[in-house]
Amino acid sequence: MSTPRAPAARAQAETVLEVRDLVTSFPGPNRRIAVVDGVNFTIARGETLALVGESGCGKSLTALSILRLVPKPGRIDRGTVRLGSRDLRALPVAELRRVRGHEISMIFQEPMTSLNPVVTAGKQVMEAIRLHERVSSDLARARALALFEQVGIPDPASRLDAFPHQLSGGMKQRVMIAMALAARPSVLIADEPTTALDVTIQGQILDLLRQLRDQLGTAILLITHDLGTVNELADRVAVMYAGRLVEVGTRTDILAAPRHPYTQGLLRSMPARARRGERLAEIAGVVPPPGQWPEGCRFAPRCTRAFDPCTRIDPGPTRLSGIHTAWCHAVEREESTAPAQGAPA
Amino acid sequence: MWAYVVRRLAYSLVTVLGVLFLLFLLFFLVTNPDDIARKAVGEKAPPQALEQWKKNHGYDKPRFWNPEHPTDSMLVDHFRRMLTFDFGNSDADDTPIWRRLRSGAGPSLSLSLPLFTLGLLLTISLGLLVAFFRETYIDRMGVILCVLAMSISTVLYIIGGQYLIARVLRWFPISGFDPSPSVIARFLAVPVLVGLLSNVGDSVRFYRAVFVEESSRDYVRTARAKGCGEARILIHHVLRNSLVPILTQVVVAIPLLVMGSILLESFFGIPGLGSITVDAINANDFATLRTMVYLGSLLFILGQILTDVSYTLVDPRVRLE
Amino acid sequence: MQPYLLSNVVVVGLGAALAVALASARRSRVWRDAGRELVRRRPIALAILLAYVAVGLLDSLAWVSGSSAGAAKGADTVSLHKPQSAIDRLFPDDRFREKSYSAPLAEREFLGGAPLRHPGRHLLGTDILGRDVLYQTLKGARVALLVGGFTSLIVIPLALLFGVVAGYFGGRIDDVIFFVISTLASMPGLLLLIALIMVLGRGPVQVCVALGVTGWVGFARVVRGETLKLRELDYVHAARALGSSDARILLRHIVPNLMHLVVITFVLTFSAFVLSEAVLSWLGIGIDGSWGRMIDQARDELSRDPIIWWNLASASVALFGLILAVNLLGDAVRDILDPRTLRERA
Repeated sequence: MSTPRAPAARAQAETVLEVRDLVTSFPGPNRRIAVVDGVNFTIARGETLALVGESGCGKSLTALSILRLVPKPGRIDRGTVRLGSRDLRALPVAELRRVRGHEISMIFQEPMTSLNPVVTAGKQVMEAIRLHERVSSDLARARALALFEQVGIPDPASRLDAFPHQLSGGMKQRVMIAMALAARPSVLIADEPTTALDVTIQGQILDLLRQLRDQLGTAILLITHDLGTVNELADRVAVMYAGRLVEVGTRTDILAAPRHPYTQGLLRSMPARARRGERLAEIAGVVPPPGQWPEGCRFAPRCTRAFDPCTRIDPGPTRLSGIHTAWCHAVEREESTAPAQGAPA
Repeated sequence: MWAYVVRRLAYSLVTVLGVLFLLFLLFFLVTNPDDIARKAVGEKAPPQALEQWKKNHGYDKPRFWNPEHPTDSMLVDHFRRMLTFDFGNSDADDTPIWRRLRSGAGPSLSLSLPLFTLGLLLTISLGLLVAFFRETYIDRMGVILCVLAMSISTVLYIIGGQYLIARVLRWFPISGFDPSPSVIARFLAVPVLVGLLSNVGDSVRFYRAVFVEESSRDYVRTARAKGCGEARILIHHVLRNSLVPILTQVVVAIPLLVMGSILLESFFGIPGLGSITVDAINANDFATLRTMVYLGSLLFILGQILTDVSYTLVDPRVRLE
Repeated sequence: MQPYLLSNVVVVGLGAALAVALASARRSRVWRDAGRELVRRRPIALAILLAYVAVGLLDSLAWVSGSSAGAAKGADTVSLHKPQSAIDRLFPDDRFREKSYSAPLAEREFLGGAPLRHPGRHLLGTDILGRDVLYQTLKGARVALLVGGFTSLIVIPLALLFGVVAGYFGGRIDDVIFFVISTLASMPGLLLLIALIMVLGRGPVQVCVALGVTGWVGFARVVRGETLKLRELDYVHAARALGSSDARILLRHIVPNLMHLVVITFVLTFSAFVLSEAVLSWLGIGIDGSWGRMIDQARDELSRDPIIWWNLASASVALFGLILAVNLLGDAVRDILDPRTLRERA
């Protein structure tokens, strides 16, 4: 378990990435469907924000939208993505390419297929360096070697000349991380970095990410559906459901004191929480596919605490404490009847 | 890897034997030696002349099995001679087939080599170009043009090309061939051009499909996330990974280049192996035709082995065991 | 039985078989949707193809008039007893012919300027023997459909059979079939085609047989590969574990999953065969009456002065039109039946 970061240090850190009102849509049978439907968050320098949700909730697309990597026919309809003072959505492509891999890097879920199979691992890392800096190939190779060491690849010199199919899954992911950090980005987007790996390796990769973050001060946007990973790495957590945020807070807020029924359901259903002999808890129903979302709160059909407004009105944000916020009518009702601890939304 | 090559060669030998057997069935069972003899010697020739001709060309022996001399039958003869490249003489004019092969190889290559290399460069470049602009107007126009080009028969390209370039524009001679280096290009210009045009539609569409397919892979997404430009992605990443399907089409044709193009040579009067084949058709020269099919098969089989070997050069995952 | 009656029966039989196939396809939602999608995407190409098919059909059913009414119209005894199709009857040969060339819609002969027997009636002119070019072009449709469609209809089921048997049963059977396939595949296509026709003779049947022999190999190989993959699928294993017989598995699980390949290949081999026949005609060993033959005969006409172009143009456009329509439809079919898009739409 990692120690929580000091709140004071966090409060002083400046915002390095700000996503506001992001809407990304795909064509549906009749009209375009907003698969990412109005998402807002910020990440401060050196901070790790975990974006959590089930498959299909739109978290990967949110990540892809930041670097404008959304595959056609998808398209970013609305919103701003601010890196420092620049809006990435408005950047011309040539400048965006300078941002990609250099100021914001991304690593993907499937290391098996995410590396070019006919180019050596070393060359791919060198490419990441030489795309952004004018260095000789010797120097680039030396830096790649150093990166390999840094990410914990054993026998790095010979691995530089290895092809991806000669490397194990964990090793490939380390190469991906080396590639991502090669040009010293300030933000690393990690889209389910450990999901496709063996359980034992998962822990190693998470340790590596934590270590690198502490050494380099990189901010991380961690996309995951696994609450265990959240526990290992995250400072703050944002929970997504059906294209929207439903709850946001610090790691402790979300893992120890969740308020939104969906988050509570997620935590209850973790096998680690179950007691021997008990039936595993589950959230009834299934995630509605995009385009078939109900009116009002999208979680309402599966929610045990749904009441009248839930099926009609989209819940607004309810401020709970510090940065802990939930989008839920039931929570809003609780807050308004409880002694005030912060201004209700 | 050499163990693999040896094993492939051994299996290929079996295939060659199969080809020879098929050829035997085709040329010796289905056809009637008397008919062939008559066509060669003349309809009104006396029986002795026919018999003599058949004897000279080895058509007088029993087909499969000779009870007196077990190894002296057409079947055995056929196998023995083909495997030792002893092709004998043409059925039509009695000239040694080997001599005609030797004389035809040069002209064939002089047409097919430039056609092949230029064609490869052109179609891959166009394929990359269209893939670069995929989903845009350029791409759609390109695909439509390709389909249109593919739908025109090669025969029409030849007629059209010849008419336009040689007759109307009078840039180059209509047909003919002169191997001297100073003028050879003039005679090859139109056939090469026509050959290129007739293939471009099909090939560009194929390459485009390969490139577009490869462009949707995960590692391309990674490259883009690293900051790679689209052009670099196509040439450095996609093209390299597309080589296996490309080589599959391309390498197998290389040994066959020496056989030349039947259509182009016969129409443009280039005295290569393709022309010889057409002459054999017109003269009912089964011996030459047999030889051509046999050689073609050998070269094709060679091409397939070369293709497999070429995979190891471009894709580190391929290991021939 | 007289040959023309036999060919009539075959045509009707084919029509019936097609109707049955279409009826059974309509029951499946996948095929119905695919059909509708095809009509939506390529209505023009479809219409053009149907036009060709219609012309081909009109020329496929022949009958003998032999009636006194015909005699009364002045037809001679030969044509009364010759089986003629609907197209033939539109252009009654004996009465519609000229002496030699004439330009489209001309009033006078091309060479010499003598007045024509039917001035202005030859929409596309006449050829060297005075035959109406439009008539010949229309008749070429039947030949093209025969070469492309009929041959494919024979070849594809055979290749399917061999490929599935080889892939599914494996072992010795596979060794034998695969050996035959790879041997045939080692022989360069055009050369083998030429050799076959030289040996078999130069009639339409022989040409179709030759095309079939050289054409089945590629598809059989693909089918075998796919069957090998399908055989290992979980639901096939499950079916076997549940005791399904081989035949049942083949019919219910394997073959239906190959049908999309069948349709795509049918379209591809159709145009390949028609174009090959054009090349064969060019080399002098094609089918009489085909557009390829018309083009071959018109070879030298372009070099004449004044130029004679209508023969060549007519056959070329007809050939181009059919192949283009088929290619466009083939592309659309391939997109529609692509397993990935099928899954998405499901």
